[in-house]
Amino acid sequence: MIEINNISKSFDGTQILDDISGKFERGITNLIIGASGTGKSVLLKCIVGLITPEEGEVLYDGRSFLKADKEEKAQMRREIGMLFQGGALFDSKNIEENVMFPLDLLTDMKKDEKLDRVNNVLSRVGLENINKKMPAEISGGQKKRVGIARAIVNDINYLFCDEPNSGLDPRTSLLIDELIQEITHELNVTTIMVTHDMNSVMGVGEYIMYLARGKKVWEGNSDNILTSGQEDLEDFIFASKFMKKLRKTL
Amino acid sequence: MKSIGAYFIFLGSMFVRRESFSSYFKLTINECISIGWNSILIVAITSTFMGAVTTVQTAYNLVSPLIQNYVVAQVTREMVVLELAPTITAIVIAGKVGSSIASGLGTMRITEQIDALEVMGVNASSYLVLPKIIAAMIMYPLLVVIAGFLALYGGYIAGTMTGILTETEYVYGIRIDFNPFTIQFALIKSVVFAFLIASISAYQGFFTTGGALEVGKSSTSAVTKSCIAVLLADYILAELLLN
Ligand SMILES: Nc1ncnc2c1ncn2[C@@H]1O[C@H](COP(=O)(O)OP(=O)(O)OP(=O)(O)O)[C@@H](O)[C@H]1O
Ligand SMILES: [Mg+2]
Repeated sequence: MIEINNISKSFDGTQILDDISGKFERGITNLIIGASGTGKSVLLKCIVGLITPEEGEVLYDGRSFLKADKEEKAQMRREIGMLFQGGALFDSKNIEENVMFPLDLLTDMKKDEKLDRVNNVLSRVGLENINKKMPAEISGGQKKRVGIARAIVNDINYLFCDEPNSGLDPRTSLLIDELIQEITHELNVTTIMVTHDMNSVMGVGEYIMYLARGKKVWEGNSDNILTSGQEDLEDFIFASKFMKKLRKTL
Repeated sequence: MKSIGAYFIFLGSMFVRRESFSSYFKLTINECISIGWNSILIVAITSTFMGAVTTVQTAYNLVSPLIQNYVVAQVTREMVVLELAPTITAIVIAGKVGSSIASGLGTMRITEQIDALEVMGVNASSYLVLPKIIAAMIMYPLLVVIAGFLALYGGYIAGTMTGILTETEYVYGIRIDFNPFTIQFALIKSVVFAFLIASISAYQGFFTTGGALEVGKSSTSAVTKSCIAVLLADYILAELLLN
């Protein structure tokens, strides 16, 4: 479980995150949603420690990143996997080296153990026989899959995904969302996923935190999001004309 | 001014939270190849012509019955060793290596590869930048030595083929009144230039924000800023070490 308490962050005097608190449970896909520019990515970066918030704390099963010493931090790093928006694969390394990188860095495993592990996770995300390809030679959807493989190659407890399905067609998006949800259940990890895609929200939203103007405005899940009665959120969900029409029929 | 402060903070940040020595060793070797080996051709071409042109132009400016032919070679030597080999090569390297460092790091920044490293607990500035700076400081002096030799050889070819002076005169001119300190001076300069080019370009690339267009801008400003820094340092070092 990840707990965030009273997170605030501003850039150059503009308040981006304003006193955000919440709990993300283990074993379910937790979503952070909201319009573009509301600070979802900033919040996720605060959670993984890429940005230090001005106020508030982040607790990984009770452990605080900011207060951890070097050993504890290294241990926590090993338990974290992150999938970036564009995959963020290292251009100069091939697929196998990319996925193996966290193992090289954070474990003392032997070369063939590592290779086994890499092939395992690659087949888990549905990719085989692309070990020696370079990132530039594979499709966007495949990059996301490799990104997921790299994120879960260590025995992780926490999985973070920043817009895992941006730039993908609806069908591939769905497959990626479902893959993330399956992995979350299978490995029993705490997953936090940032998205503004309503298909993902309805498909895999086991817990949903809705942000608007840097504040947490609503929380719930895909079962009660359509009936929240929250004006802001409804505007967000039923943004298109089509959805507005659909809403009248609900 | 603010960015000069940020530059020094960036340099300092490379020395905390480092990875194991062996991983740096491997990275540095790779960088040596990409910075040093891949620049040899361009350095060879520019320096050979540089020497040839210097000889021809010196001869053109020294037409007097009172000046002996070998002086042309002597002047060429002084110019090549003291200034042309280290400094002009630095400008060439700033264009080639500086821009590639900046665009490489800039691309890694905007595609979140640097964030990915940080999430894995890697000190990205040290992991990505330190090997480049060390490699540049090792390889650049070697390139300057090559440049110096080839420039003198270029001068030799141009001088003898056009009949400005004979082979014996050229060799005599190259050797007369030779002060070995000029070599030391050139090597000191080249280490400093290498550090400036690699670190300034890395700084420009590392803090790129935005998209592909900004990567291009970082790369351009890496070249301009490192050229300016090289010329400034050239002047300062000349004041400090030659006076
Ligand atoms: N490093 C930074 N420095 C200054 N401002 C920043 C920085 N990072 C983000 N911001 C600002 O914070 C705001 C929120 O950005 P953020 O990337 O979190 O939005 P988002 O909700 O993820 O949007 P999107 O859905 O488009 O990805 C933006 O206005 C952005 O300009
Ligand atoms: Mg975002």
